[in-house]
Amino acid sequence: MPMSSSPRDLGSAKSGSHHWLAQRVSALALIVLSLWLVANLLGLVFTPFGNYVYWLKNPINAVGLILFFAASFYHSALGLQTIIEDYIHRACIRWAVLLLVQGLTVLLAVGSIFSVIFVALK
Amino acid sequence: MVQFSLPANSKVTKGKVFAAPAGAKRIKKFQVYRWNPDTPEVTPKIDTYEVDLDSCGPMVLDGLIKIKGEIDTTLTFRRSCREGVCGSCAMNIDGTNTLACTKAIDDVKGDVVKVYPLPHMPVVKDLVPDLTVAYKQYASIKPWLQSNSPSPAGKERLQSHEQRAELDGLWECILCFCCSTSCPSYWWNGDKYLGPAVLLQAYRWLADSRDEATSARLDELEDPFKLYRCHTIMNCTKTCPKGLNPAKAIGQIKQMIVSRKHG
Repeated sequence: MPMSSSPRDLGSAKSGSHHWLAQRVSALALIVLSLWLVANLLGLVFTPFGNYVYWLKNPINAVGLILFFAASFYHSALGLQTIIEDYIHRACIRWAVLLLVQGLTVLLAVGSIFSVIFVALK
Repeated sequence: MVQFSLPANSKVTKGKVFAAPAGAKRIKKFQVYRWNPDTPEVTPKIDTYEVDLDSCGPMVLDGLIKIKGEIDTTLTFRRSCREGVCGSCAMNIDGTNTLACTKAIDDVKGDVVKVYPLPHMPVVKDLVPDLTVAYKQYASIKPWLQSNSPSPAGKERLQSHEQRAELDGLWECILCFCCSTSCPSYWWNGDKYLGPAVLLQAYRWLADSRDEATSARLDELEDPFKLYRCHTIMNCTKTCPKGLNPAKAIGQIKQMIVSRKHG
């Protein structure tokens, strides 16, 4: 859609605050979840694969890992959107890249969460 | 895409050298960006002027005025108050946006003073940037007191000391646009992002106890590009020649919008 060249004519899109807040809330969640995950993984490195599976079969760990994946992919989707909007100015390319990147993020998120459930319940 | 390199006709090349008069003892080289709209096919040049500091005032603006008056009358720049309250002589000196009139020549290390126009704005001529869009963006935030209730008959609208203090750090802005033109986000999206100078002014009216248009102002600002292109890079605050903090003002606008929705 062609925009007026005069900034005076550009009304507000009346959005943006949710994106801004979600970025910060997911960042806070990631601080907690990352510390928890690293602390747990430190106890598992250099141990056999079975220990990881056993760890994941604990429901608290499985839920924690699902939350970690959800928060990190949500946070990266928001951040990547910002970068794309910053740097890609031609609308058709911007929309294409946005759809591609957001689609990939959803795919990775669903894939990761499904893997956790699959291993935890197997 | 964002342009990471200059178009061919904007690439800067070496220009003329004006040597200092014989006998000059304290010499400082001014390397100044030159571009003339009358010959648009000629790429921008960096001319070098050797200035004798013993016969020059202390500020970079004094140097530029001396160059224009005694060495090269074609050098073009804006200046007016020469004391940091008009904002006319904002330019990029020694790699930082600042006011030529308040930047001391001695504060520039080495023997070269590099002087360029404000970054990423169209150039009218030499050190004169085109601020048309920035001024339109300023007008778009309605920078005046808006109030429906009548003022006390024949009297001004009063503020308490505390209410007045809310405007400190905001009213001092002289709209030199050093901050906006130092902001990468404004470089990439300056046609849609309002930039730190205009957003600080927007907050100046949001913070004014006498203004009654707060919700309308916030409505107008909530936009992914107008406001939320600010990524807290902080160049604005670092470069402000008046020592103000536009990044903080922008943060306060974002907080006002969120607390309006979520309490």
